[in-house]
Amino acid sequence: MSPARGEVLVAGAAAGGPALVLSAPISFWGGVDPKTGTIADVRHPQHGESVAGRVLFLPGTIGSSSASAVLLELVHAGRAPAAIVLHEPDAILLLGLIVAGEMGWPAPPALRLDRTLHERFAGTTVAVSAEGALEAGT
Amino acid sequence: MQLTDEERAIAAGRDGDGASMAMRILAESARLIGATRLIPVRSAHIDGALYHGDSGTLFAEKLVAGGAKVAVRATLNVGALDLTGSCRVRLEGTEREMARRMMRAYRDLGCEPSWTCAPYQAGHRPEKGTDVAWGESNAVVFCNSVLGARTNRYGDFLDIACAITGRAPDNGLHRVENRRARIVFDVSALPPAFLASEIAWPVLGSLFGRMVGNAVGVVTGIAGHPGEDALKAFGAAAASTGAVGLFHIAGVTPEAPDLEAALGGQPPEQVIAVTPAMALDAQRRLSTAERADRIDAVAIGSPHLSPRELEALERLVAGRKLAVPLFACTGRHALDASGPERRVALERAGVVIVADTCVVVTPIMAEVAGGVLMTNSGKFAQYAPGNTGYAVLYASLADCVESAVAGRPVLRELDA
Repeated sequence: MSPARGEVLVAGAAAGGPALVLSAPISFWGGVDPKTGTIADVRHPQHGESVAGRVLFLPGTIGSSSASAVLLELVHAGRAPAAIVLHEPDAILLLGLIVAGEMGWPAPPALRLDRTLHERFAGTTVAVSAEGALEAGT
Repeated sequence: MQLTDEERAIAAGRDGDGASMAMRILAESARLIGATRLIPVRSAHIDGALYHGDSGTLFAEKLVAGGAKVAVRATLNVGALDLTGSCRVRLEGTEREMARRMMRAYRDLGCEPSWTCAPYQAGHRPEKGTDVAWGESNAVVFCNSVLGARTNRYGDFLDIACAITGRAPDNGLHRVENRRARIVFDVSALPPAFLASEIAWPVLGSLFGRMVGNAVGVVTGIAGHPGEDALKAFGAAAASTGAVGLFHIAGVTPEAPDLEAALGGQPPEQVIAVTPAMALDAQRRLSTAERADRIDAVAIGSPHLSPRELEALERLVAGRKLAVPLFACTGRHALDASGPERRVALERAGVVIVADTCVVVTPIMAEVAGGVLMTNSGKFAQYAPGNTGYAVLYASLADCVESAVAGRPVLRELDA
């Protein structure tokens, strides 16, 4: 599989982990447990999976302006995704990463990747470079 | 994204570490949403002091340690504790201490301890046309729609960053071209008796939010001004079923002297003709326990009750004793304006006054397996099942009070 190039939205160190490709949009507030990183929304198709340590491919986010607070809490608890990959910049969610950076807490990078490329990393372990390259490992 | 020389100097630390951090957070957010510059704001309403976890407390305390102070008037939304001691919040140990530290930190930043989701009824009413940075969805929609001031939805971290810098990204509803209505929501086919009832506004608000989403719509077919508390209920319900930031009501709200003005002289992109069946369906959807034969509690006051609503509550209770607790969520502003006699009378009847906070954001109501909560608030109806575990039965204030007295559902008012 050839590597893909994403656009860096929020910079961070190189990161990697098993891909978690969500098949439906998610609300971080009420949808992800801020203490564990488990998807708590019972109506979400990936209910019960954990975002912690995963390269998280998001097809979209829903609603609440407290999404940033939940993401910051995940970073602080050491349960954040390894990296976040979006189609569109979501300023409310990514604010959690910006604030984490200001707090001096190691935070995952966030990238924008073309919508058509999201599925291709499903089932792989993904390495994300500081420049925004994504590569599937073994 | 272009910062001015002064903004760059603040980001570099000219005014201290706290102001520098706030300016960097604001500039990064502005970059992410594609704004090209920052604009000055005249006031802020801060939703960030509600405890979700320790990280939010540490963030606020870092701003305090960095010497940050708000540059504009900043009222505070609800916290997780009732600092007035009116009711007991069941947060214990470290969580209680961190929630208390968070509320203290926001006061130390210079925010006003208003602790209400209805700041616009607590003396914070920016003038029409002024740019402000407000959080809390119902306050945002009221500020834009009823006051005609201009704000986007500013959530955790960004609200206080705007207040400290006195600036916000030039984007969205700050720009006049984004404020005209594109959708018409015509209620003229609904029976006048329904439109004149108290439940019409939360019911229509929940329908409006679901159908209009994050677009700007204008309501037409209203005979006269329904009163500020009705507009408060409409906006809160709309902002809980959709991402509504601004609505207009032709002939009522300040940017809609008539339908044509609200539409900016252009044809609407969509006209929603609301039928009695649609209104009835919206009313039914507010209840998750429609055929309940019991209630365990009543909760009112989302948004926080005004002095006028507290007066109506006392009138309806009429000196009787309640069989189940009625939680009345309100702010210090309304309690102060109402005077101690009203409070004593309500508490004697069995009303639990909840100040500074509310029953869906922090644990106050007893945990009851399979419990049923009755409410007249479209916003409580939306959030109570997920946040409290109670099923909801929606009804008018009069029916809520009669049910609390009887200890079982009493539904007398006509459906839509």
